Amino acid sequence: MLAYIGRRIAVLLVILFGSSFLLYNLAAISGDPLEGLRGSTDPKAQAQIAALIRHLHLNVPPPARYFLWLKGILGAFTGHFTLGVTRDGNPVSSYLADAIPTTIRLITMATVIAIIMGIGFGIVSALRQYSRFDYAMTFVAFLMYSLPIFWVAVLLKEYMAINFNDFLVHGTISPLWIVISSLITGLFWAALISGDRRKVQIVFAVAVLANATVLTILSATKWFTHPGLGPIVMFILGIGLAYGITFISTGLGNRAALLSAQSMPIIALVLYYPVQYFFTKFPGALTILLMLAITIGIAVGVATYFAKIDRGPVIRTSVITSVLIGILFLIDKLMKTWVPYINTDAIHNRPIPTISQSNSLLPPGNFWFTFLDTVTHLVLPTIALTLISFAGYVRYSRGTLLEVLNQDYIRTARAKGLTERTVIMRHAFRNTLIPLTTIIVVDFAGIIGGAIITERVFGWQGMGTLFNNAIGSYDLNLLMGVFFVTSSLAVLANLLADLLYSALDPRIRVVGKK
Amino acid sequence: MSIFKRVNKGMAEHTDSDIFNKETEGLSQSQIVLRRFIRHHGAMISVFVLLSIVIFVFSATGFDLLGIGINGWWKYNTLDIPSLGTKGCPAGLQGCPTLNLIPGKGFGLGDHPFGQDDLGRDYFALVMRGAQRSLLVMTVIGIVAGFIGTVIGSISGFYRGWIDAVLMRFNDFIITIPTIIIGSVIGFHFGNKGVIFLALFLGVFAWSGLARLVRGEFLTLREREFVDAARVAGASNRRIIFKHILTNAVGVIIVSVTLIMSGAILLESALSYLGFGVVPPDVSLGLLISQYQDSFTTRPWLFWYPGLFIVAISLCVNFIGDGLRDAFDPRQRRRISRKERSLGRNPQASKTQD
Repeated sequence: MLAYIGRRIAVLLVILFGSSFLLYNLAAISGDPLEGLRGSTDPKAQAQIAALIRHLHLNVPPPARYFLWLKGILGAFTGHFTLGVTRDGNPVSSYLADAIPTTIRLITMATVIAIIMGIGFGIVSALRQYSRFDYAMTFVAFLMYSLPIFWVAVLLKEYMAINFNDFLVHGTISPLWIVISSLITGLFWAALISGDRRKVQIVFAVAVLANATVLTILSATKWFTHPGLGPIVMFILGIGLAYGITFISTGLGNRAALLSAQSMPIIALVLYYPVQYFFTKFPGALTILLMLAITIGIAVGVATYFAKIDRGPVIRTSVITSVLIGILFLIDKLMKTWVPYINTDAIHNRPIPTISQSNSLLPPGNFWFTFLDTVTHLVLPTIALTLISFAGYVRYSRGTLLEVLNQDYIRTARAKGLTERTVIMRHAFRNTLIPLTTIIVVDFAGIIGGAIITERVFGWQGMGTLFNNAIGSYDLNLLMGVFFVTSSLAVLANLLADLLYSALDPRIRVVGKK
Repeated sequence: MSIFKRVNKGMAEHTDSDIFNKETEGLSQSQIVLRRFIRHHGAMISVFVLLSIVIFVFSATGFDLLGIGINGWWKYNTLDIPSLGTKGCPAGLQGCPTLNLIPGKGFGLGDHPFGQDDLGRDYFALVMRGAQRSLLVMTVIGIVAGFIGTVIGSISGFYRGWIDAVLMRFNDFIITIPTIIIGSVIGFHFGNKGVIFLALFLGVFAWSGLARLVRGEFLTLREREFVDAARVAGASNRRIIFKHILTNAVGVIIVSVTLIMSGAILLESALSYLGFGVVPPDVSLGLLISQYQDSFTTRPWLFWYPGLFIVAISLCVNFIGDGLRDAFDPRQRRRISRKERSLGRNPQASKTQD
């Protein structure tokens, strides 16, 4: 296995060498970095040209200059690693160090949401093959697939952000909108549920009523201008989560899992005020991480207490439930920060920004304000990126699950008399995840390059902006720096995908048997 | 909860396949594929819409392609600068769209159906020209990438061994360069050489996924009995590749090429949007969006129309691809309606029903 990985990496290095050589020369011959200065009448221009030629080695022909660049990278072995300097003389790596975290922050949330929603909808779509839900989902997925992201982004800015900000001024929903949204919700749930006509009608009616009631109450109590969850609502949501997660994860028949998951909202209710104290007293990312660790610890502890045998599924259920409840805590805290946040001078009651990655006018030093600021700046790019990549996951997971459901082992599982939940979740879904994992890994690497447009539209200063600047100003070293990061990631992701594939699916062997 | 409840019961499945076999009795493979494709409503509608779009945009402003060209029926072209009209505009605005699809007063295209841009150029002519560009780029990329991908995939899958190893490493080499990056570099520096040149160059970097698929298909097909039979009968490699394997792999190739094409139209518009694709004075849909995105609040039509054309073209190509995939996939079963199922036990009845 090690020999295989070694050989693969060696080949990858050769490939990287080739593609970087190609790109370097292609970029070098196609433009003159001194063009702007040559025509200049400024007396200092000559000196600037000389300086640029000196520190960018422009007197060396491109193929040879490439090896100077490569020498900097190979310096990693001797401790003199460098990606060269930009036109203004700063090291490329310092720019990259600023840009990479920004881009990662931009794409992480969107990727996670797109994967979860995409797989979820894809699976339901496959289980309801050729139903109205399936057709609707297919259409929606293709539509999203066909949307240019820059176009969606402008629409989101104009309609979502501005209208939402306007809406927040009064914070009430008109009855017409309540009716429309309730009907849509009702149709959604009715399409999701299979069964006879009567059952579908009941589901539809319940969904419409529930949605209308909740929205009316929220609108009447001015919840949208003064959001918050509070311990009681969180407890109810927590119970709901516990049921839902247990149902999907182990089935409600597993008493230990259900009891353990049910304990989570109770513990959350008890700990509500202490947690608020910690949030206010010790704000910071460290507190959140620590609390996450404690949450998981509690969940594992409770699960071990309830489950005497077969602990794995019970622990899994409890941990997922507890982490989701933990996220509720975070949302609750952010909602409480909301009113003071939007009343600051910097925000001025227009909380959803259409551009840039953070609000520089915000008073510094308040962790929760900064956190909320990051979240609000992420809203639009996340929606845009999610819409685009969601479609691919829906189609892919639908196709894979349909393929898996045709396999003999699914027939066997059904013949054994397993419940349909077990067949789908344990036998079919897990096998669907194998090809999905590899797709996700490769996608994630590709998305870093693909965020170029999103960054441009929303004015984020990440890798995409660096890349745009590099091309616009013929900054070869900067361009190669961006390429170095994205292509290394792409190559590593491909290797990782192959290894994961063979690790997850024992039928696939990357190393030939002796 | 009934999310997991099965919709189809075991018995019905058996009957379905009976109906299915009855239907395809005595038909050749291409007839079956064609039949299945025609049954796919989404794909058929898309074929119709796409053809209409193609005829419409190419006839509207006319085109001139390598000396072959026609004059359009539309009165303006992209270079005309008529004076800004105020017809149908709210106070203070100029160059609003005159398109009116509601029957009654003012019904029809009007003087400037999609309005005018800030200079007064007719936006309908610009959008038509842009759509022509997008369709052209899409087709060229599809052909170039389809050709290279098929050739490389076939050779490497058929001959295997060191040829395969070399070609697949070459393929990896292309994969390592993110398309948008290579596209930007090419587009930025060679965009002024014309849109065909840009498309050719992009096509050269878009074939890697297709080559992998074709290679996989060749690897499986070359082990099949009919290939052995052909070989024993004395067929040459060339004949085996073209007559026996390629004809069986054509489904994969066609489907993959449509996907490349729908990606290509988005890639072109994204590059033009970034300023690295088609450059002025030429027009492309992405370029139009990028030029006028700031005027969205005051003159939204400058933003809507090019975007709608991108979405419409890409959506059609995607649906056609989906229809083709369903048609070529022998395992794919179409939905069999309740009525057919009840009639299915009597094949004669099912035939008269058709």
